[in-house]
Amino acid sequence: MSDRVIRGHVGVGSAVTGIALVARDDFSARYDLDRVAGVFSRPAHKLCGESYVGRILVLNTAKGGVATAWMLYEMKSRGMAPAALLLNAANPIMAQGAALAELAFMDRFETDVTSAIRTGDEVAVDPAAGTVTVRG
Amino acid sequence: MGGNMRLTDHEDAILAGAFGEPRRRALQQQMMVGRFFDAGDFVEISQVHLMADTESLGEAGVAWLEELAAFPEEERRVRVPTVTDPRGIDFDAYKRLNQLESWAALEQRAIDAFVAMGLLMTDTCINYQTIFPPAFGEHIAFGDTGSTIYANSVLGARSNFEGGPAALAAALTGRTPRYGCHLDSGRRGTHRFAVKDRPRTLSDWGALGGVVGRAAGSYWTVPVLEGIEGSPTSDELKHFGAALASYGSVPLFHMIGVTPEAHALGDVFDGRMPDPVTVTRADMDAFYEGFGLHEDGVDVVVFAAPQQSLVEMQQIARLLQGRTVASRTTLIAATSPEVKSACDRMGITATIEAAGGIVLKGVCFYQMYARETGEANGWKRLLTNSAKLVNIIAGYGYEPVLAPMERCIEAACAGRMSK
Repeated sequence: MSDRVIRGHVGVGSAVTGIALVARDDFSARYDLDRVAGVFSRPAHKLCGESYVGRILVLNTAKGGVATAWMLYEMKSRGMAPAALLLNAANPIMAQGAALAELAFMDRFETDVTSAIRTGDEVAVDPAAGTVTVRG
Repeated sequence: MGGNMRLTDHEDAILAGAFGEPRRRALQQQMMVGRFFDAGDFVEISQVHLMADTESLGEAGVAWLEELAAFPEEERRVRVPTVTDPRGIDFDAYKRLNQLESWAALEQRAIDAFVAMGLLMTDTCINYQTIFPPAFGEHIAFGDTGSTIYANSVLGARSNFEGGPAALAAALTGRTPRYGCHLDSGRRGTHRFAVKDRPRTLSDWGALGGVVGRAAGSYWTVPVLEGIEGSPTSDELKHFGAALASYGSVPLFHMIGVTPEAHALGDVFDGRMPDPVTVTRADMDAFYEGFGLHEDGVDVVVFAAPQQSLVEMQQIARLLQGRTVASRTTLIAATSPEVKSACDRMGITATIEAAGGIVLKGVCFYQMYARETGEANGWKRLLTNSAKLVNIIAGYGYEPVLAPMERCIEAACAGRMSK
């Protein structure tokens, strides 16, 4: 087994390594999460009940409202944030929130990132280089 | 110094700290976002709408604001008119809603910081109806998705979704990265919808927004609707846009023959157009059915998301006139402080409250600690005419159902929904 590199657009935040939590669903911190408990709480979300704390969270697109821009900072201040967020398509809110929270965040990959990475994979995210490495 | 972004001499000076630390930090943060979205430069903006409720901010966010607000006045004061989105607490009503003193205290700290920065505390998401509607082509930085999509689509102004930190940065620097909806290229149609049956009620318009929003791929989708004959009202477009933005995270739509950039399909599509997706009454009905009914009982009936216009408040009052909300059910109507003041003056508040309803000002249901407030009051089964609210509130532990305003009032008075 060897490492596999997935290229994306240059992102924000510092390089980080962690274990992936992946779904094909979309993402909004307000709509989908119980931010106090650190778990997905929206019943219709594939990851409902799963803890996202410290994980490399991999989802499809940013959905919902603007609150996530504040919420990522607040979550990180309590040590209850994901280690990184990878999306196929970002929206301004996620980028603004990640910039404030200094959370590793990338999007626009060469492939569908929700298929290329599986839950449990060890993943190294380097936003400045625009690369995600799945450890083999 | 600006990476891939071209900076003016003035922006270089901001970045060098010539106008103080808050503006320097703000521009630096804006450049991170600008680079992320390949913005070539900044565009000057004329007004800001700031979303910063305390539930989203938390202790950490409020402390971050207080640090900014402690800088000298000439460094911390916003550069363009900046108005606020709904807050987390209505100080005149929070005790009645069993909300905590600690939330009110955090709220007051946030307000003090905003006032120190020179914000206008309008506490409304319908600023485009009630405060300072932007003009066609005006570049702005709006914070609520509903206010942004209305300003972009109905008024022809230009804004991306500017989350709280980004909107505050824009207020401090007087500019925002030029990408997305600020560019002509970001406003071209990408998807086409042929509407066969005109929505009848406000919740129908929300349902249409939900149907189109679910079909929209991402923020970069620009839906174009055809088949709407004759202009909808401001409230109809408000509910449509708010739901579309909520379900689709979409900041802009065009409605042929209605919105100002789309007199004809050729105005918003280049070359070959996509085939239209047909939307019928059956699609709207299926949207409602997806949320079910509350035949066994309704705990709370909510008119909010977006805040109610003066016209909606009058409609609610007329429907409640001479009736009584069931003792097992709470009825809430949330509006802006300005509209609430008008309702007080015109007897609308008195009519709603005489029927047992609660009129809230300067808040919106989902931005006022919805989970904890629901638990404190035993609210789970929620009924509303807001398609946006039913989308948001399930994540807060509610079981939401969507129905037109008349049916919501019927259910509020009966304590449950009928078939």
